[in-house]
Amino acid sequence: MASETILSVKDLRVRFQTLDGTVEAVKGINIKVNAGETVAVVGESGSGKSQTMMAAMSLLSSNGEATGQVDYRGRNLLEMTKNELNKVRGRKISMIFQEPMTSLDPLYTIGNQLIEPIRRHRGLNAQAAREEALKLLRLVHIPDPERRMKSYPHEMSGGQRQRVMIAMALANDPDILIADEPTTALDVTIQAQILMLLAELQRKLGMAIVFITHDLGIVRRFADRVYVMRQGEVVEEGDAEALFANPQHAYTKMLLAAEPTGTKVAPPANSPVLLEGRNVEVVFKIGGGFLGGEPLMLRAVDKISIRLKRNQTIGIVGESGSGKSTLGRALLRLLPSDGVIRFGDRDISEADRQAMRPLRRELQLVFQDPFGSLSPRMTVGQVITEGLLVHEPSLTGKQRDHRAVEALREVGLDPNARNRYPHEFSGGQRQRIAIARAMILKPKVVVLDEPTSALDRSVQKQIVELLRKLQADHQLSYLFISHDLAVVRAMADYIIVMKQGKIVEEGPTEEIFGNPREAYTQTLMNAAIDTARFRISA
Amino acid sequence: MLRYVFRRLLTAIPTLFVIVTVAFFLIRVAPGGPFNQERGLSPEIRANLEAQFGLDDPLWLQYVHYLGNLLRGSFGPSYNLPDFTVTELFAKGLPISVQIGTSALVLALLLGSILGTIAALNQNKIADYSVIALATAGSTIPTFVTAPVIQLVFGLSWKLLPIGGWGDGALINKVGPVLTLALPQIAIVARLMRGSMIESLRSHHIRTARALGLSDWSVVVKHALRGAVLPIVSFTGPAAAALLTGSIIVETIFSIPGVGRYFVDAALNRDYTLVMGTVVVIALFTIVFNLIVDLLYAVVDPRVRYD
Amino acid sequence: MTELAVAVPEPIVGRSLWGNAWARLKRNRAAMFSLYYLAFIAIISVFGPMVVPHDYTTIYGDYVRTPPSLSAYPRPDMLQTALTDAIKRMRVDIKEWHQDGSRVIVTVTSKKPVDDRNIRYLDRSDAFDDTKIESKSPDGLEVTMSSAIKQQYFLFGTDNTGRDLLSRTLMAGRISLAIGLLAGVVAGVIGVIYGATSGFAGGRVDEVMMRIVDVLYSLPFIFFVIMLVVFFGRNFVLMFLAVGAVLWLDMARIVRGQALSIRRQEYVQAAEAMGVGYRGILVRHVIPNLLGPVVIYMTLLVPQVIILESFLSFLGLGVQEPMTSWGVLISVGAKNIGYANWLLLFPAFFLVSTLFALNFVGDGLRDALDPKDR
Repeated sequence: MASETILSVKDLRVRFQTLDGTVEAVKGINIKVNAGETVAVVGESGSGKSQTMMAAMSLLSSNGEATGQVDYRGRNLLEMTKNELNKVRGRKISMIFQEPMTSLDPLYTIGNQLIEPIRRHRGLNAQAAREEALKLLRLVHIPDPERRMKSYPHEMSGGQRQRVMIAMALANDPDILIADEPTTALDVTIQAQILMLLAELQRKLGMAIVFITHDLGIVRRFADRVYVMRQGEVVEEGDAEALFANPQHAYTKMLLAAEPTGTKVAPPANSPVLLEGRNVEVVFKIGGGFLGGEPLMLRAVDKISIRLKRNQTIGIVGESGSGKSTLGRALLRLLPSDGVIRFGDRDISEADRQAMRPLRRELQLVFQDPFGSLSPRMTVGQVITEGLLVHEPSLTGKQRDHRAVEALREVGLDPNARNRYPHEFSGGQRQRIAIARAMILKPKVVVLDEPTSALDRSVQKQIVELLRKLQADHQLSYLFISHDLAVVRAMADYIIVMKQGKIVEEGPTEEIFGNPREAYTQTLMNAAIDTARFRISA
Repeated sequence: MLRYVFRRLLTAIPTLFVIVTVAFFLIRVAPGGPFNQERGLSPEIRANLEAQFGLDDPLWLQYVHYLGNLLRGSFGPSYNLPDFTVTELFAKGLPISVQIGTSALVLALLLGSILGTIAALNQNKIADYSVIALATAGSTIPTFVTAPVIQLVFGLSWKLLPIGGWGDGALINKVGPVLTLALPQIAIVARLMRGSMIESLRSHHIRTARALGLSDWSVVVKHALRGAVLPIVSFTGPAAAALLTGSIIVETIFSIPGVGRYFVDAALNRDYTLVMGTVVVIALFTIVFNLIVDLLYAVVDPRVRYD
Repeated sequence: MTELAVAVPEPIVGRSLWGNAWARLKRNRAAMFSLYYLAFIAIISVFGPMVVPHDYTTIYGDYVRTPPSLSAYPRPDMLQTALTDAIKRMRVDIKEWHQDGSRVIVTVTSKKPVDDRNIRYLDRSDAFDDTKIESKSPDGLEVTMSSAIKQQYFLFGTDNTGRDLLSRTLMAGRISLAIGLLAGVVAGVIGVIYGATSGFAGGRVDEVMMRIVDVLYSLPFIFFVIMLVVFFGRNFVLMFLAVGAVLWLDMARIVRGQALSIRRQEYVQAAEAMGVGYRGILVRHVIPNLLGPVVIYMTLLVPQVIILESFLSFLGLGVQEPMTSWGVLISVGAKNIGYANWLLLFPAFFLVSTLFALNFVGDGLRDALDPKDR
């Protein structure tokens, strides 16, 4: 720890000119990075953590402006000419980003993109640079690197692209690697692999890493020192161990406590089954048509059976593309499916739109994206009472308004807000509105499709608590779809693990978490285990 | 690739067939005929003329004949310019229209792309606003205004250019028409380029290139420009088809003997064969250029594959 | 807990996206100025012809191709010519003339006695009015007449048959704007209905409907228009209804695309999950969200139609004399650039400035309704 400070950010401010005036995203912060150490900058969305590093690298968008000092080995990066800067960027300080799918140029091969920075900074000839590039691909464990050199980014998976990105960033043996949420867009199992890789590379190459993240699990696992940011300011900094053991600032404490806690008690065994699916199957046809030839059949849900009892929460866990959302929608008869679906004592497998309509009020759905799921041109009041127009058409406007007030109160929003529009609310508030829209109909079953994934941890916790309270108050049954094991563990009493449209493993929550039998479940658990360990210690 | 080209050309046949059929019957149900206009014509002579060209046959038979001729590559004789076949008229006029159209297109693509790129690189600065102003002017002012204004300013006041005429293809005679034709296209290309370049410059992989310390030249030309050029490529297809088949306005105002003028005259005079010829030529140009553009697309963007 | 604080202080009524858009538009100076300018052009086009002292069809034989001027006609140097012309028609000789204030006093002689009715020749001239016989020689061979000089203003000059260009330009504006609006609305309505049906129906219906649009696209557009001109002849209202009926293709494509994407939005899925029927989804979700793009495209459609009308009139296929439109005027101007460039410049300025204004309003609306930063 006593090593030399190579990067120091002093009184850095970042401002953006927007249509609504000037916004100060970073308000005079100080950060330093020593050679070879790992520094984490932690914060929720809007904390300015990414913009800090973007400003340091002169990568702000054109309406942004940075003032203050960013000294790299005594030279202020903010005052460098473009030429000087380009001798530091990619050579002494490198950066990798959150978006592995779009961070590589889609129009050039991996090889081409890898060779370019090597040649630029080291002046190697094409042949030598190629050798170097191959070495790098091996370093980041890309299988069959010779062939991969000729691949285009779209021919690789997200995890592989992120490895290539890392290879590019490390091509010139930099002093500092800035990693801006490098694993957030990846599936849990891939996340773990990328983190392992970064740790391994740091051991081999000895560069300093600056982790920008919202994920405290990563921080605890990797960081030597931590800066906690909130609304453009550093609210707390210090040695990682010390900070976790003894947080000083209220916000840090809140963040540390933001992991959803508690467990769900299973309903009594004689609790009636409300929603049941037997051998449910959903097949998507891709392509085909008039002249398109043979369509491709994609089996998104492959003969799945599920029984949801009253007051039960079944967590459906899986990575992206596992078919968990499709299953949720098929059970609500929002997608055509094969197999038998029963609601209560009715077989609804064949029910059409018309027949389903009266049942819809008892079967509700809450979406992941609180920005897309609310109609932008309706007031909150109109959004949440829309269902009443269908299911209780006899209500007067006044009665509907009354119900809207009740529903908003129930989800913890100020009822006076019902004449405002969705875009005037934050993500967490919007998710509450979406929940109010479902609850106003007094449903029996609610399918929650990743309801917390788009939200910050601290907000997630509030939503989880709200959902739990509503369940207790109304004896609701939840189908909780999520890739986030920590949230699922807190919400569900029974878990189904899905992969490629099939159930890999299922059972009561403690059993699945305590003793996962299948290899895939174990991988999932291992990938998430640090978060789990962290929660216990907090 | 070859198979794709073949398939595309094959699917173009029904399209072409529909176009020919619709156009054929549309013009034939229009009142009047090719020999009604000349008042001096006695009914007998008219009947004779009509018989000579087979216009007294039932419509369906004429249609079949026309299709037959078309398959043999013949557009038939022109009714109003009886000394020429339609093919001959095109052989004379099309090269002139194509020359002017190609020059305008090349000028528009070059100048438009450069202006658009300059604007995008200087977003919200003077250079950007100037390009936007120019583009707005170019795309707003109709050619039938620019053409006479160019004549007025460069021809009459400054006496730099001839007011009109083809002059056997002398360079100086082409400047006015090409400029008039290119101006709105320059505007469109500049706008498209500015938009796509700004988007391209904002994309994540450009941020990556910057973070890796690549030179501005590489960032802009190698990485941003290649992606930004895709919308221009798709614009080029229809634009080329429209420009190369001649412009009525430009050819009329500058008295250029291209094919652009045929269309209106022919339609008004019910010169059926010439109208049909023009329709077919325009449709063919459209189909071919759209195909070329799609193939070009695959060259620029490796994600696009045709097999 | 922190998030709740945001909404509480200012409750009650929120600002809708439309409200936001309007506020944003109001801040856009170019768009607002254009809006006022358009209103100005519309008002002078509608009411101007009633106010301008010249009728747009009146021919002033003495004022053919008079250049635009802020001062009144006839000019002093023109009096001589006008007078000589009129006197020549009387078949008498001019002895002497001079100007006395706003009147001219002219003495003529003849070999035969001068008929009093001859003074009508002076009144007939566009320069004189209110001619009176002041005195007469006893033998009737010499007559002194006085005549008021008719003060006429031709702010925009006159055209090559001597008609006032100002009144003609305003009248032309009336026609061009009316046609733009009329055909624009026709095209808009057809396009929206077609596109919305196609996009909302989806599947096979959509495929067939769009195939038809593709075929119509590949027919040369001008061919269509000319066929319509041929069919509807010189009835310009019918013709432009028809032109509108040709211009709907772009609108249909845009609306279809929007309808398809709206249908895929989660808020529509949410409504479906609540059991809302097709009609409710259409009325509460699809239509309100379609409105923005439709409004934006309408502002593009209107100038398109105006250009098309001018284009047809330029070719002599549109509005017929003596009725006029900007296209007709520009076409006349283009033929006379050698000696009367104002005939081109005034109508061209009106047309181009109107198109510019529409363009800025359209851009402003697009930025206001569809800002990238949201």
